This record gives sequence, C-alpha cells and structure tokens, in this order.
Amino acid sequence: MAELFLEVFGEEIPARMQVAAEQRMVESLSKALKDAGLGGDAPRSWSGPRRIAVSIQGLATSQPDLNEERRGPRADAPEQAIAGFLKGAGISRDQAEVRSTPKGDFLFAVINKKGQSASEVIPPLISSLLAQFAWPKSMRWGRGKQRWVRPLHRVNVIFDGQPLAGSLSLGDQDEIAFGATSFGHRMLSPSDIPLNTGDAYEAALSAHYVMADRHKRVEHITAAMREMTAAEDRMVKDDQGLMAEVAGLVEYPHPVMGTIHQDFMSLPQEILVVSMRSHQKYFAVLEKDGQLAPRFITIANMTPDAERDAIIRAGNERVLSARLADARFFWDQDRSQPLEEALPRLQGITFFEGLGTMGDKAERMAKLAGIIAEKIGADADKAKRAALLAKADLVSETVGEFPELQGIIGGYLAALHETPEIAAAITDHYRPEGPQDQVPQDLLTVAVALADKIDTLTGFFGIGELPTGSKDPFALRRAALGVLRLIAQNNLDLSLNDIFAEAAKGYGFSQASDELMPFLHDRLKVWLRDQGIRHDVVAAVVRMNDSRHDRLVHLISLAQTLADVLASEDGQGLMAGYRRASNILNAEEKKDKCTYEGDVDQGLLKTDAEQSLFDETLALAAHDLQSTDDMVAQIKRLGQLRGPIDVFFEKTTVNDDDAAIRGNRLNILAKIRGLMESLADFAAIEG
Amino acid sequence: MTRSSSLDRRKSFQSIILTLQQYWADQGCVILQPYDMEVGAGTFHPATTLRSLGPDDVWNAAYVQPSRRPSDGRFGDNPNRLQHYYQFQVIMKPSPANSQDLYLGSLKAIGLDPMDHDIRFVEDDWESPTLGAAGLGWEVWCDGMEVSQFTYFQQVGGIDCDPVPVELTYGLERLVMFIQGVDNVYDLDWDGVPKDQGGKVYGDIFHGAEVDYSHHNFDRANTEMLFQHFMDAEKECASLLDAHHPLPLPAYDQCMKASHIFNLLDARGVISVAERQGYIGRVRALAKGCCEAWVAQGQDQGQGNSDQEDHPNG
Repeated sequence: MAELFLEVFGEEIPARMQVAAEQRMVESLSKALKDAGLGGDAPRSWSGPRRIAVSIQGLATSQPDLNEERRGPRADAPEQAIAGFLKGAGISRDQAEVRSTPKGDFLFAVINKKGQSASEVIPPLISSLLAQFAWPKSMRWGRGKQRWVRPLHRVNVIFDGQPLAGSLSLGDQDEIAFGATSFGHRMLSPSDIPLNTGDAYEAALSAHYVMADRHKRVEHITAAMREMTAAEDRMVKDDQGLMAEVAGLVEYPHPVMGTIHQDFMSLPQEILVVSMRSHQKYFAVLEKDGQLAPRFITIANMTPDAERDAIIRAGNERVLSARLADARFFWDQDRSQPLEEALPRLQGITFFEGLGTMGDKAERMAKLAGIIAEKIGADADKAKRAALLAKADLVSETVGEFPELQGIIGGYLAALHETPEIAAAITDHYRPEGPQDQVPQDLLTVAVALADKIDTLTGFFGIGELPTGSKDPFALRRAALGVLRLIAQNNLDLSLNDIFAEAAKGYGFSQASDELMPFLHDRLKVWLRDQGIRHDVVAAVVRMNDSRHDRLVHLISLAQTLADVLASEDGQGLMAGYRRASNILNAEEKKDKCTYEGDVDQGLLKTDAEQSLFDETLALAAHDLQSTDDMVAQIKRLGQLRGPIDVFFEKTTVNDDDAAIRGNRLNILAKIRGLMESLADFAAIEG
Repeated sequence: MTRSSSLDRRKSFQSIILTLQQYWADQGCVILQPYDMEVGAGTFHPATTLRSLGPDDVWNAAYVQPSRRPSDGRFGDNPNRLQHYYQFQVIMKPSPANSQDLYLGSLKAIGLDPMDHDIRFVEDDWESPTLGAAGLGWEVWCDGMEVSQFTYFQQVGGIDCDPVPVELTYGLERLVMFIQGVDNVYDLDWDGVPKDQGGKVYGDIFHGAEVDYSHHNFDRANTEMLFQHFMDAEKECASLLDAHHPLPLPAYDQCMKASHIFNLLDARGVISVAERQGYIGRVRALAKGCCEAWVAQGQDQGQGNSDQEDHPNG
C-alpha cells in the first residue's frame, strides 16, 4: 500500500474559495483513484492562500489484472451485433473464440488485461483532473490557455515517496512539469521546500513559516487574540465569518492590536464595526459590558517583531482613521436632515422592473402595515409611519457606502425625529434575515416586517418571477420563511389570503398569485420538519383544504397536536383502526360502486360493540369545530375511538349476510372516516 | 503637517515617480508620457487599452497618467479625495511568471521593504463597464492600506486578451501619503526642497485647481454644450471607424472624450439613474468598435512590428 501526495501551489487564491476548492480536490482525486482501481483510504487535505494539498494513503501500487470472459452473440449473428460485441470487449474478430454450446455456436471474448502500475496511471489522471478543475471564477495568464483561479506555478506529485513524472499542459507548448518541491512564506522564507509524504508536510512547511493546517491557523489566531484582549480585561467580538476569511488570507497569522482614535468613538457602533470588518477585515473588541472598545485587531501575515509590529499597527491605525473620517462625513451628512426628507429620492430608485420604485414600495408598505397592525393589535398609524420611512435610509450616504447597514442606519436617523417605537420598527424590519436570525416580537415591528416581505412576495409572484430550483435571485424563499417565522413565533392568527389580496391591490393586480399560498405551505413543511414533526404528519395537515388553511398558526397547531397523538399508544391503535376501516370501505365501495355516507339506523345496531362505537362516534361528532382550539381538542379526543374500534373489529363482522346490517355497519365506518378526515388527511399518514 | 526640511528627498512625490520609472525601465518597460487627453484612469491610455490587444506579441510599458473623476471634487476640503490625481501604470503583456515578485521589487525600490511591513494580496476583481473590460486579481495591501491594483486582464473592448497582460496601478497620492506618513494629501511634499528654499507641497500646486475645477464640475460646466459634445464625439468616432478606412487611434480619442464628457455630465447631476446605464453602454459601444478596428488593423499588417513602415500612420 502506498501514499499519493498532491500539492498545487500558485498565486493568492481568494479566501472565500479555498475551502470548497480543497473539498472538490479531495473528492475528485479520491474518485479518480478509486475508478482507476487503486483504492485508497480516507484522504487528508490542507488549503491556504497559496496552496491546496491532498494526501491519500492505502493505495495499490498497480491496478488489479483483469481476467474476464464474456459471452457474445451467436457466431452467425448479424454483422452489426458482432461488431458491437467486439467493440464493447475491445477485441478484434480474430481474437474472439467460437465455442459450441447446447444452444449453438457462440462468440466468446477472453480478456486478460495486465493492470498498469500506479505510477503510470496517476500522472495523466492528475493532469486531467487539474485541467478540468472548476473554480467559481477562473482566468488565463501569460500565453497559456489553461484556466485556474490565479496563475498556478507548481504541481507536486509524490507517490510512495517518489516524485512522479508528468505535466499539466498550459497550451501553446507551455506546461508545468510535476515536481516535488514546494515553496515557503512569500516574505519570511522565499525558498524551495523538498516534499516527501503527507505526514511530513506540516512540519516541512512550518520550518518555512507556513501553517498548512487551516484549523491550526484559526486556533492560533483565536488564542493569540484572546490573550491580548484579556490582558486589557476585554474580549474579541465573535465573528466566525471574518475568522474563516482571515484564515484564508495568511500563511503565518499574527494578530496585531491597534487603537481606534477617540474622535470616532461617538459614531454608531455598527458603523465602526462594519468599517473595520468589510474594508479592513479587522476584528472588533468589546468591553466587559459588551460595549465596543476603542481597539481593533488586524491579522498580519508576518512573525511577531516589536519594531515591525509598531509599523504595522501605526499603518493600520492611519488607514482606519481615514476610513472612519469618510464614514463620519457620510454620517454627518445623513444626520443633517430628517429621514422624511429623503423620501422623494426613493422615487429615483427602481424596486424592480415592472414593480415600480422604492418610493412606490414604501407607500404600498405603509398601507399594508396599517392593515396588518389593525389585525394583530398594533398601532396602525405608527405602523404606517414606520413602514413609510423604513426604506428611506437606502438613499443615505452611509448606506450607500455600507449597504449591510440598511435598516440600522434608518433606525438611528429615525430616532432623531420620530418616536422610539417607530425607530425600533425601522431598525428591525428586515428581520429575520436568515433561518438563524432573531424574530422581532414587538408587534409594531412585526407589522412592518410582514408588510415588507409580503409586498415583495406578492409583487414578484405577480409578475411571474418565481424561484426555480436552486435559483432564487430575489431571496423569495427567505422572505417567505421570514413571514412564516414572524407569524409562528408571535402566534398571529392571520388570514394570509386576505393580506395577499390587499398587497395585490397595492400593485394594481386584480388578485394575488395562486402560487403564493402553496409557496408558503412548502416553507411551512420544511420548517415543521425542522421542528421534528414527521413529514407525513405535516403533509396530512397542510394538504387539507379547509377554510383556515391560510392561517399558518392553525396548521402548526394541528400538526403539532396530531404528531403528539400519533406518537401515543392510543394514536397508534387509532391509526390501525382507521386503516382497517378505510381499507374495508374502499374495497366495499369499489365493489358496490357507491360511497357510504348515509345515516346510521340505530334500529339495526345488533351488537354492543357496534352500539358503543356508534355512541362514541356520535359523541365526537357533536363537538363544535369552528376554531383552531376546537379542532385541536377534537384531534386529542380521537384517541377515545381507539378502544371501541378495536372491540368492534374483534367482535363484529362488517360483511354481514343481511345486506341492511352490512350497509349500516359500513355507514358507521364511513362516519369515523369522515370524522377523522375533517381534521387531517389521515390517508397521508405512513404506517 | 508642518513641513519638515529633513524629509528624505527620495520620499518626495516626484522622486517616487522617478524611482518607479527607473525601476520599470530596468525591467524592460517602455517609459511613456501621460496621454494628452482627459481620462478617468491610467487604463484608458491607448498604451493599455489598445495595446492589451494585438498586434504586439510583447508589450511592456509604464507611465504616469493624470486622471480625472469630476464627481470626486471636494472644493479642496477633503484630505483624501481629489477630482484630479495621478496614477502610475504598468502594463506587461504577456504577464510574466514572476509578476508578483517584480511588483514587490518596485515597492522595495520606493522604500517599502516587504520585510518591514505586512503586505497582502486580497481578492479584487476589476471591471470597467465603459471599456467593456474585465480582469481578475487583487488589491495589494500594505499595513492595511490599499497601495495598488493588480489585475490580469481577461477582456478589453469585449475581446478576449491573448496573450494575457497584467496591469499594475499605483494610486500615487495615497501611496506617497503612506510613505511620507502624511494624513492630508495637500501636505504631501512634492519636490523634497525645503519651504524656505521655495519647495512645494501638493497643496501649493493643486489646491487652487481643486477648488476651481470643483466649481466647474458641479456648477459651471455648460451642460447643453457638453451634451452636444458627447453626441459630436460619438458621431465622429463612428465616422472614423468607417469600414473602408478605419482609423482606430483617432477614433479612440473620441471615445475617451465621450467618456470624460459623460463623467462631467454625471457630476453636474443632469443624468438620471435610469439614463446612466444607457450612456455607459454608448461609451462601451465606442470602445468596443475602436478595439475591434485596432485588432483588425493589426491583423492586416501581420503580427509584430516588423512591417511598421506599412503602417498608415507610421
């Protein structure tokens, strides 16, 4: 068994692409080796700004020999059939044997193929893997035709401790010959590094100031930052996205902490954090009470050195001050006029072709938020005001510079001239922004957040811009999930159809798209499944077409109750009884070519078992089913049927010789079926 | 900044330019002078735009290009923003295998030894909608400061580059501010001559121009005339690209003119958001036409410069 080690080395790979590329490299290499019959154990891999490496152990040193016998067509078969067989087997007509069998003379191919040695097989396999390797964005360089993410310089291939000869063609007679020599840190050790095995890789690079292992880089950064902030009784603001990016920007990470000039500490904290993060990739530091500390941490790609660190610190502080001076200029501009005065400029921004301007959207949102507020018990006038202003920060200088601060800046600006509730509603109206994001609970905010998302959904569905497959350019799935979570977590008994209709009016559509409600139901199914509710239970409830199917909390309550009931022993028994009843009914109805739905004739009830089942059915049917609570209670009561059903089937034969009695018993079963199916589509429940 | 007479003369604005020119001349670049028209960036210089495409198989050049961005004018009040500034531009076709090392060598030459700083290549793809050009590369950071753009051109004028050039663009003001440790562009030492001997800082030379041009760009430029000039340039460009005898270089002058006029109109605030894309598309169409004609002309003459005598303008 042998090891294959592959390293590709080149110019800086964008940080965001490294991990996925490493993954793809591992998968495609493992697969290619397996397909070639060389096997291989679980791979190890590394990636960073300048290199991706993979080690696979447990490989055979040569392919297995192939000994195979194939029977072909009859010797006198049509020429075409014979040619096909020969081609498939890879032999000529002379090489085929003719053998007599009891069924006649047949052609046979005897294939004895000696397996090639791995060192012959691997180089072309790697060349083609690299030649076809897909990057999210790739480029050509020099005179080459080959595409890669940035210029590629070295391809190192070592098998069983020996470099393998081979090359990657770059086109135009240029190529990268395979080698076994890596290269050190660009500044700290710009020299060749002989490579040998995957086991020795990290140590070999480490001697040249390259931390090959991404996790070690992250650990190193985390620990070093913790130490330097703890020394000041502060802590690093957790930011895993930034950490992932930074770990892809450095080969030898070294955090350097600097100071934010106090002139800028009066800016909204979000502006400081985003200025540091998005442009400079700095970590923010917090005081013990969670307030932003006047510190930032940059992750340098150099070794610690007091003199150099001082230069790096001073340079970064100067850059940050210039950035923040810009940000403060924008912020001061924005603060100099009330948010309301930005509204006319919203007319200059297109929301979407065919859906009007952002100004139009603000007006539609205001109307819709008012309607929603009334239904959920929030102040309608305040909701209208907040919704009208919610998008005004899109024309602010600060949001122009930092789009990710939309909403937050609006909230700060609104706080200068509007009531605090309105400002808060504007701040949070984009939430929840993802499945993990917090859901607003303040009802005023909820009204505005719902109005925004429902307006967007109604608009895009209205012009047929629906998400397809993995494509959802307008984040409509996220908007729908947001609607669902806002409703579910605040337990809002809202008729969505009514609100969709109002939203459609705002656009001048004659009605809301038919596809909207099913789209919400799809999100609901996924969401309930994530809550641990079985998919068939969800389907049983969502598939119902009762008049409350557009009230999501109604569906959620039913699904949860049904899931609970079915998880109980009574529920299991009930399902068995339901299935038995509906199987009999289906069979008999098919036979009789009719549907049993008639009244039960009490006079024909012959046994105690059928009498008590009927009584129980009657008792259940007497309950009101107007509200969600009624239906929830009814589902819980269904368990009561379990005992009588069991006894009924035990003691009673449905198909009595007397046709009237038989019909009566089928009608009892039909009553039970109707009773249950008015609550959920029990047929959808799996056994 | 109060002027320090002890400033290392090699750190003056003009010395940095001279050093960069010398460095890139030593690497075999043709040292050109700025193009004599208003452009938004060094990329517009035909030495980059057109020469990134045929007919030269090899083309290495470096030059300073005064660049104008009318809407960046701040009446001389902003320490970082100017409507007229300088770029140092290097174009090498085909991109050498050691492009990054050559670039780092240039930083060392102007006093930024990579061993004394934290230098990083951070993903930044470049696109010029007006030139129909795009490339992949990085912004280069020195201690967190973006000191250059580093781009492998993939397309210019909608035409694939083959071979692929690499473009290095140094924003000179920002770079020299960093080197001199100055926070206000107007305090940059231009010549390294002490003030009492008549030495000049950036503000002595350009502050007045920034104020005047800001008034011009935002308030005074005659928009009616500019709209007319835009159309004239567009028309002239098309006529110079006439199929019987296209003149790509003079036509491209008109394209640059149209681009600058568009930028002025934009600064004057007379182009709506909706119209903006339309104007950019019109300039791109001109650039594309010029590039196509340039490539066609190169093909007519065969590859390389060997038969330059046949060049109609040669």
